Amino acid sequence: MMTAEKQEILTQLRQQISAAQGFKPTPIALGEGFGLGPIEACFPNKVFPTGTIHEFIAEHPEDAAASEGFIAGLLAKLMENGNSCLWISRNRKLFPPSLEAFGVDPQQIIFLDLYYTKEILWVMEEALKCEGLACVIAELQDIDFAQSRRLQLATEKSHVTGILLRKEPKRKLSATACTARWQITPQPTEISDGIPGVGNPRWEVNLLKVKNGEGGKFYIEWAEDRFTQFEISDTDVQPHTTVLTERGLTA
Amino acid sequence: MSRYLAIYFTNLLTDYLAIKKPELKDKVYVFTMSQSNRIMVTASSREAEKHGIFANTVLADAKALVPDILAFDDKPDFNKKLLVRIAKWAIRYSPIVSLDLPDGIILDSSGCSHLLGGEEKYLETILSKLKESGYNCCGSISDTIGTSWAIARLGRKSPIIQPGQQYNALLNLPPMALRLEQHNIQRLHKLGFDKIGKFIQLPASMLRRRFGQELLLRLGQALGTEEETITPIIVKAPFEERLFCLEPISTKTGIEIAIEKLLDTLCERLAKEGLGIRSAELKGYRLDGRITETKIGTNQPTHQVPHLAKLFELKIDQIEPDLGIELFILTATKTEPVHITQEKLWSGKPGLADQNLAQLLDRLAIKVGPQAIRRYIPQAHYWPERSLRPAVSLEEKTEIKWQKSNPRPMEMLHKPASIQVTAPIPDYPPMNFRYKDELHLVRKADGPERIEREWWLEPGEHRDYYILEDDKGRRYWVFRSGHYHEEHSAWFLHGFFA
Repeated sequence: MMTAEKQEILTQLRQQISAAQGFKPTPIALGEGFGLGPIEACFPNKVFPTGTIHEFIAEHPEDAAASEGFIAGLLAKLMENGNSCLWISRNRKLFPPSLEAFGVDPQQIIFLDLYYTKEILWVMEEALKCEGLACVIAELQDIDFAQSRRLQLATEKSHVTGILLRKEPKRKLSATACTARWQITPQPTEISDGIPGVGNPRWEVNLLKVKNGEGGKFYIEWAEDRFTQFEISDTDVQPHTTVLTERGLTA
Repeated sequence: MSRYLAIYFTNLLTDYLAIKKPELKDKVYVFTMSQSNRIMVTASSREAEKHGIFANTVLADAKALVPDILAFDDKPDFNKKLLVRIAKWAIRYSPIVSLDLPDGIILDSSGCSHLLGGEEKYLETILSKLKESGYNCCGSISDTIGTSWAIARLGRKSPIIQPGQQYNALLNLPPMALRLEQHNIQRLHKLGFDKIGKFIQLPASMLRRRFGQELLLRLGQALGTEEETITPIIVKAPFEERLFCLEPISTKTGIEIAIEKLLDTLCERLAKEGLGIRSAELKGYRLDGRITETKIGTNQPTHQVPHLAKLFELKIDQIEPDLGIELFILTATKTEPVHITQEKLWSGKPGLADQNLAQLLDRLAIKVGPQAIRRYIPQAHYWPERSLRPAVSLEEKTEIKWQKSNPRPMEMLHKPASIQVTAPIPDYPPMNFRYKDELHLVRKADGPERIEREWWLEPGEHRDYYILEDDKGRRYWVFRSGHYHEEHSAWFLHGFFA
């Protein structure tokens, strides 16, 4: 009986701590969630956290494209109620019409093409304070802890989701105040019955770090306008990038 | 009742030169221009005038009087340029300022003089400022332009003519005070009318018969019985607010307060008429005569003071008050009817129409420039680069749909990158390709999707696009430019799929 009570107290304390860290349960009812299945189980309360900063690492242009595809899948859910979003970048290569395939209306996205990292961060912080937005995405190379902390604080007030897409970062595992760190790499597609052609986009989703949660490696496919999980059957598939682990930081 | 201030510059051009070149002060120098094979004096300095050298003297005669006279070239319309500059400076004292060629300016001082503590102080301030900067000038205030003009040039007594006293003021002045044609002045003198008082009482019909309509018109204008208007150099905008500061303002807080005050009054007026600002301009008239200009623009017409103040606030750093700003003028350069929105009830995130978003974009546009902010809408073209175009406004919608039949890459290169390809059979996807020194073995492929070049827009080959997936699962968009050719088929990589 004592243990049950203690358990109760512990869960409450955990919730208080995560609330203090800006990890509130999402205020918007998202229905069935993002459909990310086991990935969502990695986060506290088993809910994909919106209204916080997510960090995506893309070492190659191919990874960047995969990350953008995955982000677009998330946007489809975040922008469901007609909200718009801001996409801030330097030397943007994203081709807006492709977002349509992920259920996002490219017309609803406002693109900002800037040159200086300082400007990108300023614009992102300003935008995160604006409650009329569903999401703010910024492409940049590196960000230090103080800068990411500022963004996290801005997002905690307004509950706008922020996404940092770090393309070809110089310091991959630098500490940031982000809630989660992702790495998305493309995976070979599959078409049944041996028909020639290229199948639905498939990714290896590597959740490197989760605040108050545990990361993991997942295989996700975008099919019929939603995320589905798939199993890797063959052992000959070699991930082309060395997978980063949080342990790599200390080693 | 109107009051007009006329300012007369006795030596406009030569004073200007003395300001530019202080060593010329107290020297005998003139401006000259060649007229029908003679070099004529067009303007002379004060010292030169003492020696009897005036405009329209021949330079050779002037040299006979003063052998070491200095002569400078005059340019046509140079005096006009100077007067425009002075008139713009004088806008801080009255919104309506006009040129009075060739040697003066006229200010509509109605309702302005009390700001500086009465007409005497008003006139004194303006004249002493001009004299400080080096211009010799006289001025006069009266009910009519004609009388002010006359008193400024020929008046001997008080420069301020009380309302209704034009008649008495004019009596002792010579006829040239009426701005008449030269031949009329000569005729008046010939007949012994050397003072206006001598003929002002004569019947109008007699004066008209002898001197024409001109004399009566000018007389009427001076007395105030005939209407006379002036053309302001800068026409006052319908939505404009002025703030005259008793003390020159040079601090950031001071400027902020000034902006807020101006916005308060301007926005109240706009709100009454249901209009909102799309673009506005703030001018600061500095103590040293320069003018600072700050412009802002908005995405949606608005008359919300806090938002507009915020937009100006982002630009305050660019205002250089220097010694201080005397006068602020805020002009709404473009206004549009405001969309009336219900507050609160509908503030629940309506996407692009959201007011918060529009305000955010206004702020961002001020900081990073409007050209950096874009939204895309589809265009009816199959050619990938032309399949979309930037939207003109936040509201713009189009009937055209994004084309969905063929997948498009997540990332597209601005310029297709050349790749080396092994493609054994015509119109089959490549077996492998080399991009940036890395060999990619193609495992899966889709295509071709042929996209014809729009020949009416630009010449060139069509493109055959393939989606390729390599041995590591990475997906690419490549194309062959033109038809298959064994040796010289040109292949390019154009994008990356998710």
